Amino acid sequence: MTLVAAGLIVVLLAGITIRLAIESAGTWARFGLGFLGGTTWDVVNGVYGALPFVAGTVESSLLALIIAVPLSLLTAIFLAELAPRWLSVPLTFLVELLAAIPSVVVGLWGVFVLSPFLRDTVEKWLVGALGFIPIFSGPAFGIGLFSASVVLAIMIVPTIVSVSREVIVAVPGAQREAMLALGATRWETTRRAVLPYARSGIVGAVILGLGRALGETMAVTMVIGNKDIVPTRVFDQAQTIASKIATTFNEAQVGIQTQSLIALGLVLLAITLALNVIARLLVRQVAGDGGGLASGG
Amino acid sequence: MAIDAAQPETPGAPEGRQNPQGRPPPETEETAVAGHAPGVRHAPGVGHSPELRPGVQRLPIAVGPGPGDLTDGAAASEATAGLLEVRHLNAYYGTFRAIRDVDLSIRPNAVTALIGPSGCGKTTFLRTLNRMHELVPGATVQGTIELDGVDVYGSNIDPVRLRRVMGMVFQRPSPFPTMSIYDNVVAGLRLTGRHQRSELDAVVERSLRRAALWDEVKDKLRENGMSLSGGQQQRLCIARALAVGPEVLLMDEPASALDPIATLRIEELIAELKQSYTIVIVTHNMQQAARVSDRTAFLTMGEDRAGYLVEVDETSRIFTNPRERLTEDYVSGRFG
Ligand SMILES: Nc1ncnc2c1ncn2[C@@H]1O[C@H](COP(=O)(O)OP(=O)(O)OP(=O)(O)O)[C@@H](O)[C@H]1O
Ligand SMILES: [Mg+2]
Repeated sequence: MTLVAAGLIVVLLAGITIRLAIESAGTWARFGLGFLGGTTWDVVNGVYGALPFVAGTVESSLLALIIAVPLSLLTAIFLAELAPRWLSVPLTFLVELLAAIPSVVVGLWGVFVLSPFLRDTVEKWLVGALGFIPIFSGPAFGIGLFSASVVLAIMIVPTIVSVSREVIVAVPGAQREAMLALGATRWETTRRAVLPYARSGIVGAVILGLGRALGETMAVTMVIGNKDIVPTRVFDQAQTIASKIATTFNEAQVGIQTQSLIALGLVLLAITLALNVIARLLVRQVAGDGGGLASGG
Repeated sequence: MAIDAAQPETPGAPEGRQNPQGRPPPETEETAVAGHAPGVRHAPGVGHSPELRPGVQRLPIAVGPGPGDLTDGAAASEATAGLLEVRHLNAYYGTFRAIRDVDLSIRPNAVTALIGPSGCGKTTFLRTLNRMHELVPGATVQGTIELDGVDVYGSNIDPVRLRRVMGMVFQRPSPFPTMSIYDNVVAGLRLTGRHQRSELDAVVERSLRRAALWDEVKDKLRENGMSLSGGQQQRLCIARALAVGPEVLLMDEPASALDPIATLRIEELIAELKQSYTIVIVTHNMQQAARVSDRTAFLTMGEDRAGYLVEVDETSRIFTNPRERLTEDYVSGRFG
């Protein structure tokens, strides 16, 4: 039964990939792998390159992870290990509720509340304090890569928190007791016994969050600024693959433009798969033989 | 010994451990590695103080090695340290009394077996000794437990440090699955902030030798602890407990998850270890209690399901000619 299901998924994935490849064949034939490195997207002259969108996607997702992972892990540890039940149950529910907010609503909030707020506070401060580092140099408009990353972070925190909380809760009590009996404090027990045991599950949670960040479309489209450039500063206005496809697919002409957008979709799929594989290899690397025992991922 | 005791000046108070090299001479370490060193005794307090805090004197509650010092573990443990005096002990889970008024004196350098029907509070009793009991929400303890005259529930005692003095081995082997064999053994030491390679190496070898595991794993210390058999894993857990330099070893049915051969090895090991440690072992296996222990305490529970001590005596007496009828019924299999 499960084998059939797994087989079905593989077939589906392969089917989608092949279909995307066929539909975008014209683009690959015209530009070859140069499509990936091309920095112009010129509809008038028919020149298409993916780099601005690949860069925008990868940069916004990584920045979102940098913001979301520490926050999520601390929250998950708090909910699973430290908070008393009467506090952890409602808080967990609230965090999970956050995941249920439609992304277009998050996007609206991002446009009207968050990005002006960030512009006047965090971004201003970053430009002032770290502006001498090129990636943090101004000007900062609010709308842009940074706001998009914060929006993404907010959207993936619930995923990472709820999955890692479950993984942490599932760590056997015997592991905790064994560490406590060696003379560990509660925090040491969490850090040295619970988190290592839950490690691969936590990485799984982060991968889930990353997957969501890479593919998130609506909210990002609304706050990222939609500029077809390779962002070199965190405050640049930019474009992700998903937002590019979403904003142009409707009016794209049949032919090389549509094919190039489909090619972008194929690239996004490839990036997602590649990051998943890399993350899983990383887990195996650090976890060694015993990694298979840890639950989750 | 290193659980805090705010005491007046103790003559011959230990030197502080200002530098990492401030350890006893290497000969001591050699004898320690070799296992037993009947001739070597240390004066009380020598090298037993981890760090001195102003205003707080560390009173060695025993001549044993504290977490602050392992290098003379074997030698110092030979001395008669690790005497446990339990008086009027009551243990509760919320309002439920699991242990009622237990008086028990547990001798050093001997094995004390705790036997009794399931649910009579053997595990609970064991966990009150190293203050693991209070980690259960709502769990409380009344009465006194003294380790070499120091009240382990005293306000000046840090339970975290106490647990290094009273090592615990659980029913199911519980190696840390993400750690190598080596790292499992030194897991407790790393908590005390000791990372010096040569020191850790020495402790790993000594602890594994004492746990009778060294020969089987010495060529694969970097491998994962889970790659060992169940019996080896349990001996790894014993080595892990020994590595922090305890005086007392609390074992809760340490062999009940193991096959007969692995069980036998654990029993042989217990017989070895009792020369250096105070050992308390919970077991459901009468033959095991008879084989490994010097003294046996029989607990059972009353109408209110609270466990109480029926009697404690030399093991031979408990199994042949106990004073109490209840005990006789239990050991002869007519009860529970
Ligand atoms: N965490 C807990 N919370 C509430 N009650 C508990 C808890 N642990 C044990 N008890 C109760 O305390 C009593 C003694 O339990 P304990 O585990 O100490 O018995 P035991 O003698 O070790 O039993 P066994 O031989 O089955 O291991 C039992 O009635 C049990 O239900
Ligand atoms: Mg028990």
